[in-house]
Order: sequence, then C-alpha cells, then structure tokens
Amino acid sequence: MKVLRQIRVVYLKELVDILRDRRALISMIAVPLVVIPLLMFALGALSFFVMEQARQEQHRVMVLGGEHSPGVLTKLESLDGIVVVPEEGDHVDRILRRDIRAAVRIPEGFETAVDDERPAGEVTILTFEGDVKSNLAAGVLRSFFRDFRDGVVERRLAARDLSPDLLEPFAVDTSNVAPPEKVTGSTLGGVIPYIVILLCVTGAMYPAMDLTAGEKERGTMETILSSPVSRLALVLGKYLVVVTASIATTVLAIGSLGAMLVFGFSLLGDAADTGEALLALDPLALVAVFFLLLPVACLFSAALLALSVFARSFKEAQTYVSPLLLAAILPAIAATLPGIERNATLIWAPVLNIALVSKEMMIGTYDWSAIGLVFATTSVYAMLALVIAVRLFYRESVLFRS
Amino acid sequence: MVEVSGLSKSFSDRKRGLFHAVDGVSFRCEKGRIYGLLGGNGAGKTTTLRMLATLLKPSRGRATLEGFDVTEAPDAVRARVGFLSGATALYGRLTAREMVEYFGRLHGLRGSVLANRVDSLFASLGVHDFQDRRCDKLSTGMQQKVSIARTLVHDPPVMIFDEPTSGLDVLTARAVLGFISDCRARGKTVIFSTHIMREAEKLCDVIGIIHRGRLVDEGTLGDLCARHENPDLEEVFVKLVSGEAAA
Repeated sequence: MKVLRQIRVVYLKELVDILRDRRALISMIAVPLVVIPLLMFALGALSFFVMEQARQEQHRVMVLGGEHSPGVLTKLESLDGIVVVPEEGDHVDRILRRDIRAAVRIPEGFETAVDDERPAGEVTILTFEGDVKSNLAAGVLRSFFRDFRDGVVERRLAARDLSPDLLEPFAVDTSNVAPPEKVTGSTLGGVIPYIVILLCVTGAMYPAMDLTAGEKERGTMETILSSPVSRLALVLGKYLVVVTASIATTVLAIGSLGAMLVFGFSLLGDAADTGEALLALDPLALVAVFFLLLPVACLFSAALLALSVFARSFKEAQTYVSPLLLAAILPAIAATLPGIERNATLIWAPVLNIALVSKEMMIGTYDWSAIGLVFATTSVYAMLALVIAVRLFYRESVLFRS
Repeated sequence: MVEVSGLSKSFSDRKRGLFHAVDGVSFRCEKGRIYGLLGGNGAGKTTTLRMLATLLKPSRGRATLEGFDVTEAPDAVRARVGFLSGATALYGRLTAREMVEYFGRLHGLRGSVLANRVDSLFASLGVHDFQDRRCDKLSTGMQQKVSIARTLVHDPPVMIFDEPTSGLDVLTARAVLGFISDCRARGKTVIFSTHIMREAEKLCDVIGIIHRGRLVDEGTLGDLCARHENPDLEEVFVKLVSGEAAA
C-alpha cells in the first residue's frame, strides 16, 4: 500500500513537472497535434496541386517522321494535352534536358502503308521514365495511337462487311467484391501500424530522457534518492508518466491526422476520397490496433528509461536512444513490405510481430490466438525491460556516474 | 544519535583500478551535538555522508542512525534523516510550496497535517512571500531556504549537511550556519562537512579531520589545538594532512 501511494505521489509530481516543460509540450503535444498533420497536409496538398498543374499543362512533344504521315501529324497537332514542336536538334538530348517531354517516331511510309492495308511497322514513343510530365505526355500519345489503330481495324472490318464483335467475341471485366473498409485496410494496412509504432517511440523519448538523465543533470536525482521513496516506487512513477506520454502522443497524433485527412483534404476536391477512405476503415481494427499499442508503449517506455538512466546528461541520453529509434522503425518498415507475413519465427520478433498482426487486422483477418500471443510476448518483453530499468536504479555506478 | 564504525567505501574504475574513497572511518555523534568532518577536496567527506544518507552502500563497516543500520534498514534511516548538499538541487519547474509538499507526501504526511507543517516551516524560514514562485525563478538564497524547508518537512532527528555553504554569498551562508546551529538547539543530531576552518571552529562540538578517506584525528577544537600545540585550527589541519601525505 505504501509503495502504491508513493508511486501515485511520484507519478502526479512528474506529470506536473513534464507538463510545465516547454520542450516536452512541444515534443508531446505541439508536434503530434499540429506539426505532423500540418506537414502531411502541406505535402499532400503540394503533390496534389503539382499533379493537377501537370495534368492541365500542354506538354511539348516532337514528332519524328511526321512529314511522311501528314494526316497523322495534323491529328496529333490538334490533340489536347500536347503541343507538337518542330523537329529540330537531338530529340534524346532535348528529352533529357526536359525541353520536350516526349517524342514519337513514326516509320517512313506509315500512313500510306495503313491506307494500303500493308504492315505499317512500329510507332515508338520515347520518354523520360520516372518523369511525371513525360509519362503524362506519353499517355496522350499512347491513347491517340490506340484509338487510331482501333479506328483503322473498325474501318477495315466494315469494308469487308464484318462485325467488330469478330475481334472481341467476349468481354473481360474485373469486379471488386471487397467492402470499402477491406480495400482501405489493404492499402493502409502496413502504414497505420508503422505510424503508431513510430509515434509510440517519439512520444516516450523526451520524457524518458528528461526524467532520468535530465534529473541527474539538474542535480535533483540526489535530492529524491535521499527521500524515503523506494527505488521501485520511483522508477514505476516515472515509468507510468513515460507510458502516459507515449500513449497520449500517439492518440493525439492519430486523431489529428485522421481529422486532417477527413476534413483537410475535402478542401482539395477529388482528394477528399482519401479522407472518405480512412473513414471506411474497420473501427474494430482501429480499436484492436490501439489495444496492441499498450504493450508497445510499455516496452518502449521501459527500454528508453533503462537507456536514459545510464546517461550522465540529456545530451548523452540522446546518443543512447537514437539506435533504439532505429531498432523500432526498421521492424515497422519491414512489416509494410508486401512479401513479409507472420510465421512461427516472426511471431516472437519484438515490434515486428505487433506490426504484422496489426497489418492483418487492418484487412479484416482476426487470428485471436496470434493477437493474444503477440500481446502476451510484447508484455513480457516490456516487463523484462522494466526489470532492467528498476535494477539500474539500484546500481550506484549508474546513478552516480561521473 | 549517529554511530559509525570502520565505515569504508571502495570504487573500481578503469583509470584508477580499486580506489578506497573512505577507509575505516569511525565516529559518534550524540543528540544535540554537531559533528564536523573537516577535509579538503576528495578527502572522502561526501562519500561518507552519502553512505550515512543511504545513497551509497558501504563496502565494509557499519553505521547506525537513531539505532537503524544504513545497510539493513535504509528506508527507516531515510525517514529519520534530512540530507542537504550542494548536489541536492530543487525541481525548477515546481513552486517552492509544491516542492516541499512533494517531499512531505513522500514522507507520508498529508492533508491538514502537511499544510500546517509547511506553513509553520515557511513562516520560520521566511518563504511565504515566494512560496508560489517556481524554484528556477528564485535567487540562490531563496532556493537554499526552500532546500532547508525540504530537509525539515518531516522533522527528522538527524540532519546531514554536506558543504551546505558552498557557492553561497556571505549573508546566505551566515543564515545557513545559523540554521544548523538552531538544529542543535532543538536537540537534533547534526553531521556537517566542510573545508572551511572558520565554519568548523564556529559550529562543531567535535571535529573529525579526514584525509584520503581516513579519519586522521578527532576531538573538540580545544583538544585538537592542545594535542598539536597550536592554537590555530588551520595550522593543525595542515600539519595533520601534510604529515599524512609524507607518510
């Protein structure tokens, strides 16, 4: 009972202390609540506007060999979305310099061969792969020549009194049977657990360092150690504050990001679909992911506390915790890769197991035994990390390192 | 009452190997008396006092405060001691009142008992005027008053001061020394470390001269001066320390 009371006293004091720290407020509240969503919105809006601008632009295109096919050239010149430039200079060099976005090579005698119903050779579209505007220009050209070819085939069939159905005896169609939440889950399945894991670590980082290494640096560690508070109560009080910060940061950031997606992108017209897609996520999956977030937050908080208490100063603590950030992010990234799926080995891998099971839940697969196992193993890892943190608080060589 | 017998502390590090910071220190301090540990930098004063305050565990030897052993009953010892040193800072983001109340709560005080105790301490130390200001906004003198209030909030029978005037201006240092003297008057057992001869002369009932982790001599100011045939404590100290160094 005495220990519980001490834990409560330490927890409340550390919470007040951390909430009065401007740097903590920035890292725990301002960044997840305002900065991250604003940055994501700004990035999204920027890419949306850039794409829109690119779509509306008239891309400069060179036609090679157009003089032999004046009819085709005239049609190309009247197309919306491209501007045909005179055939001057080295077309490859001009594409690479982005002076023109694409070129199309029409074989000699192409138009005559088409009219005479002889093989007309190959039309080649030259592009700068990876360049968005080049791809858009190529798309206009591809679409034109496909329609042109279909038109020629149709005319030839009509001249022979044959139905176009002769070439297309049956249709092939693809139809989605998955409900919207599963479609969205499949798309965002890997990303959401990754964001949650990342936020869990970043939310716990600052308080863990401040409440241990920061306390040593400010000279208050000796003050508190001379009080009758037990080391166990002291560590647990601090630990619970770090867990609270980790969960609060994650919940605030996810809530803020969700709101930004739903309301922010609706301002951008077509991109509102993204917000609607997020709304289509299975609420049960989201609740389950947040449920799995608890042992993750506990694990990171304990690990960060153990690492930070070892440091003599806040700066030294930053050096120690940086590798942990990588250790958390890499498994989370690995889980977003399409080929990586849960198996008998990976179910034991810390962080990766949570990310993989979360990914499954996002697409509607609930293997409750796996979920339970992952929850339990992560809780055990968190407990082990906490035991290490507590033991470090009992070591003079750690607390009085100089 | 504080009893120390053969207290030793060894550290091991890469540079120095096994290092004896405190080596077989023994002394005793009765209620209502001030025992002063006088020594230079690195003599072992802070390590000795940290062991008495249960921050460090002794490597050998024994120490009891009010009958409780520092190794066997550290919680009971901490409940009966007030520890103040240059390294016991305040929580800058808490107000003076929150700081003292926090330590009162850790000592098991609560409600009106805690509020009355803090009020009476603040009244006697003159903290009321700035009790709601954050500790990091207080002057050094104000901070020292809050630190004293923090050590006294549970009314401990034993007070340990590790170079409490270090870095303070003359007036604040005088106030702190006056407060230590008051502790004796109120019947507390006081252990006090310093490297300033005048402070030891002025305050201590018994002075223990510590050098390289060992207590090289002990006695009242009169005893020490008579034994070494010199009326000046500083001369006695230098003689003892240089003799040890030569040995």
